[in-house]
Amino acid sequence: MREFAAELATGTGDPGPYAPFPHRVISRTKETADTTTLVLAPVGGGKGARFSPGQFNMLYAFGVGEAAISMSGDPSEEGTLVHTVRAVGNVSTALSRLGPGDVVGVRGPYGKGWPVDQMRGKDVVVMAGGLGLAPLRPVIYELYAHREDYGRVEIIYGSRSPAELLYYDEIQSWRTRTDTRFQVTVDSADRNWYGDVGVVTQRVPDARFDPARTIALMCGPEIMMKLSAQALEARGIAPSDIWLSMERNMKCAIAQCGHCQFGPYFICRDGPVLPYARIRPFLAVREV
Amino acid sequence: MSSVRRSIGSRLVLERSDFPRLLEGLGIRGYVTVGPVVRDGAIVYGPISRVEDLPIGWTDRQEAGTYRLERRDDGALFGYTVGPHSWKKYLFPAHERLWTAERSPEGFHILPRSEPEPRYAFLGVRACELAAIRIQDRVFDGAFKDPGYHQRRSEAFRIAVQCTQAGNTCFCASMGTGPRVEADHDLALTEILTGSAHYFLVDVGSERGAELATDLPLRPATEADIRAVDDLLEKTTASMGRTMNAVGLRDLLLGRPEHSRWTDVGKRCLTCTNCTLACPTCFCSTTEEVPDLDADRVERWRRWDSCFTLGFTHQGRTSVRTSASSRYRQWLTHKLASWHDQFGTSGCVGCGRCITWCPVGIDITEEVAALRKEEPVAVSAGGTR
Ligand SMILES: Cc1cc2nc3c(=O)[nH]c(=O)nc-3n(C[C@H](O)[C@H](O)[C@H](O)COP(=O)(O)OP(=O)(O)OC[C@H]3O[C@@H](n4cnc5c(N)ncnc54)[C@H](O)[C@@H]3O)c2cc1C
Ligand code: SF4
Ligand code: SF4
Repeated sequence: MREFAAELATGTGDPGPYAPFPHRVISRTKETADTTTLVLAPVGGGKGARFSPGQFNMLYAFGVGEAAISMSGDPSEEGTLVHTVRAVGNVSTALSRLGPGDVVGVRGPYGKGWPVDQMRGKDVVVMAGGLGLAPLRPVIYELYAHREDYGRVEIIYGSRSPAELLYYDEIQSWRTRTDTRFQVTVDSADRNWYGDVGVVTQRVPDARFDPARTIALMCGPEIMMKLSAQALEARGIAPSDIWLSMERNMKCAIAQCGHCQFGPYFICRDGPVLPYARIRPFLAVREV
Repeated sequence: MSSVRRSIGSRLVLERSDFPRLLEGLGIRGYVTVGPVVRDGAIVYGPISRVEDLPIGWTDRQEAGTYRLERRDDGALFGYTVGPHSWKKYLFPAHERLWTAERSPEGFHILPRSEPEPRYAFLGVRACELAAIRIQDRVFDGAFKDPGYHQRRSEAFRIAVQCTQAGNTCFCASMGTGPRVEADHDLALTEILTGSAHYFLVDVGSERGAELATDLPLRPATEADIRAVDDLLEKTTASMGRTMNAVGLRDLLLGRPEHSRWTDVGKRCLTCTNCTLACPTCFCSTTEEVPDLDADRVERWRRWDSCFTLGFTHQGRTSVRTSASSRYRQWLTHKLASWHDQFGTSGCVGCGRCITWCPVGIDITEEVAALRKEEPVAVSAGGTR
């Protein structure tokens, strides 16, 4: 990072808030057929920027472009950044192909994350659908690290199939903890799957929490979040206590490109995590 | 000449015959003067090196979907309203390089832009256009500063011109942005043509303006000059071609996403993007990665984008806003409603460009009037569920 700063200082101009900072890929883990987790560290050393769970970075693949990718690592770990990328297009595919030693650009962290301060002392429900687990993993680390700070914790993770489950070994070890219920369910599976089959909303009726003192966090496909929020609201959680991480096309991440607007909100600046109470009117309308 | 005070608030008179001195003064101070020029059948903004570059004796006639240049029967320099261009093309260029990345032993490094920013003098800025610049300042010069924008903006010398006639598609009076220039100008000119007299009342708005004025042969304005300006501006307000009731629009529009008028306008809108390109406040952009031939150097460019394109909301395998009605709704709701949440101001200054330059004549003031009409509550508002 220091070397890079020197580079910048020799320039006569100012790249402003748009310049990515080079980071080196330390390790790469293939999670599923199309999803990869990268661990990054700033080129030239240094601690790197701290982040709060739920925030994201713009990752830059040299010569290809940028994409918004959430932090998926442990927020208490200094010096490295962890990102989980699903290859869906040009940039995410290029990022997925990077291996140890390769350099990737990073700018961030951006956005407002999960309401960790409001969660303390309360029951917490975490609902993740598919890749939606990635931006929730930092808050799960926080919950486990300071388990005594929270009431009951229910984690419900749904995936299309067993083959698409992320962080498999880690989840297996988390599931052995008795102080937290971590449920995994898949939409469909063959006979080799011994776990639950069904969608995450089916797990809501018997989730254990005190609705008056619960904060719910969710990330996943919009329809999954909409149905989950409705199910939690039906169990008595106030819409202002249900938080969703939203996704929209994003170019700049600093409320200048206009792409990520959702109703009056810039997902990059006002979100990506927003309370259901504020976005419900817009979730109910098509093509916002 | 030297006995005339030139300081902020001074009101002075410049004869038309001395107008070239103003351009000379800007040139001597190193400004690149840009202003109105006739090109391709319209008054657009381009480089000005001589008075003759200005649209002398031209005016424009505008209506929803039409723009025509016409001859005036006098030699007015600024006898037109606003055209398809706005100053945003200088402050927020349609295409701009943000940085260059070069491969290096450490992977790559970023070379910042090194070319100097032009020092512009904007000649002929209208009240609504100064308001539009203030609005874009909140986007590009706020929490995250665009260094290029910031520098061009703070350097730009602004010579405003008071509108002595309103266009048919103008409604700045409704939006509270005009027609009188009241702030943010270095100098403000009011062009006065009466009989054989042709002169400019010059309002000094800044130290820089006062400094430039020291080069100009000026006389103090008389009571009669000042009355002439007030009369002209009153006449302009009275002849404003359009009006829009902007009161309470934020809540109204955000609360009516299912109004039938959205479907109606969606059937007329061609999603051509003209309105967003002509609008002086629209700021949406996209980025492009431009590789060099050997791929060891790439440039990152920013280009104007529009919420009317299908690709604007591309996500996964499809786009969020596929219908024309949803894109028009996004544009109008953003402009007149969510802009308040995001930037603490309306995004519309009432310049009328979107009305004139819409190929099918969609009129923002008419759409707002229609959207204001209450509809019987729909049985199942809200699409899903
Ligand atoms: C806050 C936030 C957090 C995210 N976190 C993660 C994460 O942790 N992991 C992850 O994998 N993803 C994440 N995403 C999603 C990720 O940013 C997108 O999937 C990203 O666009 C992928 O870029 P791409 O080039 O690979 O995909 P593409 O689908 O190719 O899109 C890239 C860009 O190209 C343009 N484009 C592509 N095709 C078209 C077309 N046909 N028409 C018009 N334009 C087109 C679009 O404008 C788009 O912005 C997140 C998104 C947000 C907003
Ligand atoms: S919306 Fe139309 S009238 Fe308003 S500022 Fe933009 S172009 Fe001008
Ligand atoms: S409103 Fe008119 S100018 Fe704007 S996109 Fe639609 S057709 Fe084009």
